[in-house]
Amino acid sequence: MSETMIDVDEFAARARAWLAENMPPANPDRDTFFLYAATHPTDEEVLARAATCRELQRRLFDGGFAGICVPTRYGGQGLTPAHQAAFNREIKGYDYPAEIQASTFIPCMAVLLEFGTEEQKQRHIPRMLRGEEIWVQLLSEPGGGSDAAGAVTTATRDGDRWILNGSKVWTTSGWWGDWALCLARTNWDVAKHQGLTVFSLPMSAPGLAISQIELVNGSKDFCQEFLTDVVVPDADRIGDVDAGWNVMGRWLYHERTISGGSPYVTGGGNRPNDGPYEPAAMIAAARRLGTIDDSRTRALLGEAQTSSLVLRALVESVTRKMAGGVLPHHAAAMTRLFGGTSNARRAAIATELYGGAGVVWAPGEETAAQVGLGYLTRQAACIGGGTTEMARNVIAERLLGLPREQRADTGAFRDVPRGPQATGGQ
Amino acid sequence: MFTQTADQDLLEATTEQYLEATYPPTRIRELARQDSTFDPVLWKRGAELGWTSLLVPEGSGGGSVSGNGLADLLAVAFQFGRHAAPGPLIGTNVVAAALGRWGSKERHGGPLAELFDGAATAAWGYSPRTGPRAGAAVRAGRSGDGFLLDGVVPCVESGAPNGYLLVAASGSDTTADGDDARSHYLVPLDAPGVRTSPLGGIDLTRRHAAVTLQEVAVAANAQVGEPGSADDHDELLLDLTAVLQAGEIVGAMERAFAMTLRWVNDRYSFGRPLGSYQEIKHRMADLRTQLEASAAVTEKAARRVGEGTPDAHSWASAAKAHVGRVGPEVIQDCVQLHGGIGITFEHDLHLYLRRATVDAQLFGTPATFTDRLVGLTETALAATAQDGGK
Ligand SMILES: Cc1cc2nc3c(=O)[nH]c(=O)nc-3n(C[C@H](O)[C@H](O)[C@H](O)COP(=O)(O)OP(=O)(O)OC[C@H]3O[C@@H](n4cnc5c(N)ncnc54)[C@H](O)[C@@H]3O)c2cc1C
Repeated sequence: MSETMIDVDEFAARARAWLAENMPPANPDRDTFFLYAATHPTDEEVLARAATCRELQRRLFDGGFAGICVPTRYGGQGLTPAHQAAFNREIKGYDYPAEIQASTFIPCMAVLLEFGTEEQKQRHIPRMLRGEEIWVQLLSEPGGGSDAAGAVTTATRDGDRWILNGSKVWTTSGWWGDWALCLARTNWDVAKHQGLTVFSLPMSAPGLAISQIELVNGSKDFCQEFLTDVVVPDADRIGDVDAGWNVMGRWLYHERTISGGSPYVTGGGNRPNDGPYEPAAMIAAARRLGTIDDSRTRALLGEAQTSSLVLRALVESVTRKMAGGVLPHHAAAMTRLFGGTSNARRAAIATELYGGAGVVWAPGEETAAQVGLGYLTRQAACIGGGTTEMARNVIAERLLGLPREQRADTGAFRDVPRGPQATGGQ
Repeated sequence: MFTQTADQDLLEATTEQYLEATYPPTRIRELARQDSTFDPVLWKRGAELGWTSLLVPEGSGGGSVSGNGLADLLAVAFQFGRHAAPGPLIGTNVVAAALGRWGSKERHGGPLAELFDGAATAAWGYSPRTGPRAGAAVRAGRSGDGFLLDGVVPCVESGAPNGYLLVAASGSDTTADGDDARSHYLVPLDAPGVRTSPLGGIDLTRRHAAVTLQEVAVAANAQVGEPGSADDHDELLLDLTAVLQAGEIVGAMERAFAMTLRWVNDRYSFGRPLGSYQEIKHRMADLRTQLEASAAVTEKAARRVGEGTPDAHSWASAAKAHVGRVGPEVIQDCVQLHGGIGITFEHDLHLYLRRATVDAQLFGTPATFTDRLVGLTETALAATAQDGGK
């Protein structure tokens, strides 16, 4: 195989030429989508951008640049992470389907590749790579997201199909996604982790009601879903019955690789750049505000830039060490933790840098508004994709081998204490 | 801690074994009571392991084990930090790098050979030309074929008695615009007119001194590099120093963290190991992550500076700015998790805290490097803006 594989430099050169011909340049002012939007887009604008993402994804596919590390029999290119990394360097400066990298490719496609049946992979992965299926994650529930294994959304077997009931929440892009991975409880009489199963289902399934949730910055991209007798054929089950927690281990792993290092992500992931937190943008802002020569301002600018360089080095190094077996895959929790806290710190720095201009602004001052509103949703960086507290638990227990937490959730799940939000089930 | 080649691993392992055997904590405590901590025999053995020739190209008698000498030397610096070991590792290598790069075989081959085989050590008398921390003021005047040097270098690390000082001096050269320009000079510390006076400090095994130069006569060949090139060259020497200091700090952090991990497992409180409390577990997770991040940025900086890429100054600045600030804080948190025993002289933690703190503050504070990074980015942005305008 390796004899026939195109070498990385040649591949990069081909990509460079193809990109120049086929992909539109990035619009630097359009970092206004979804979570980062300052003036929150209307539903129509979101759908229009989603359509653009699909179309750009289709172009990548037609050009032979979609699924660079996905086997060719599923529509991918069968190349290596080095090819994907080279492509990601080349695509800088072009528009690309950023907003669908997570959740479609990670974790959903990555999970299908590892746990899907041959039929499931043949059916979905080419469609994902062509931009025809956007996938979302039905994981968190009103009763809790950190304790994903405490899911009470229930799947009951009925011949060769399953009937799902319950509720999921915080689903990014839930209202315009096509398909979903969904974690559900299939057995209440065994221990918590032993009674879970993962399913795939279309977001248009009868009985699946979706409502949008408004965030503090005006974004309405998060959704809550209510499942009432939703029918899922057994053929759409991912992995074995009651073995959902095995799938979850990898699901959560792939989700954490959004901060970098995934072979399945094109470009810079869901955010092509750091928007108002880019060093150049911050320096330009300090110039405009007339504070660039103030030593305290410079200290803030330098701290922000230092922390993003350190994060970059950390992601590269941990990814390399995990690939070489020097660190276990739990080490990804370190990049998650550092990424979360350093993003939060940069949001605080930008807010102080802008000062009054970031909390009160004139019409059209998009960047200032992004900074102010970005500060309000700042903790999303430490919550989404698993909280930083969970990351600390993983590092302490799995990487450092410190004692596990005392557990109150052993025994049959039916008898495990639950809070008032975790209603339903049986 | 770093991703290394087999040869780099070997260099690190031999260094570690050697330091472990020669400088156990009991020995470090003995050295604390001595005026001089430099041991010529031990230093020569270190030089044989390769400690002093890695930053110099093969053509000038040095050689790297991986093609990137700074990445090699990082492994040694890391072990120096882990052992709080004495020996002017950074200064000697930085001066050797300067001689290897900008010196000539005829002029500087002798001193370079002494540095390689450990017969002599060297110090870089750096101080920025401008800004609040501008310090060393050395002037050079022409005298016959050579130069007369006068001035003060406020702080250099002490090494072998027959060491060398590399110092930038103004007065004898001018830039194309006619401005006064600094040049580098190599001064033997035993030359007439050189006076060193010992300084105090917090590191138990490193000694520092102020150097006064009074009409020190040096030959023409004492000048290193093109006349007037010192300010430019200092920027590279600063990168090298920053990366190696960061490497030592990462070593000190690693040792302190490992001690603390053992401690939170062994120490009981309220009937449970300390490490079973979530507050402590989370603190340990933070410390572990900071250690990994510090190692990562230092390694990246070593690679970039070693390769001489255009962004090398930025990476070196980020490494020193980050590791210099975070490193001592991480070790302080290790002290906190130890409780009272952590601030006793009897406990070993302070050996590493001392080393990390000294490295963090000398040759430019984290704040200085933070500002340097901003300045570099401004320059780069101005350059792209100009390119775009053309
Ligand atoms: C930007 C973003 C995108 C998201 N996208 C999705 C999505 O697409 N699909 C989806 O299913 N979910 C999504 N989520 C939800 C996210 O996964 C959850 O919000 C997260 O896992 C936390 O769960 P929770 O909100 O229920 O908080 P809880 O689990 O109730 O936690 C509340 C607080 O308690 C802490 N905590 C909980 N347990 C412990 C413990 N054992 N030890 C110490 N501290 C603890 C948590 O860290 C947190 O600070 C998204 C969230 C965000 C912010």
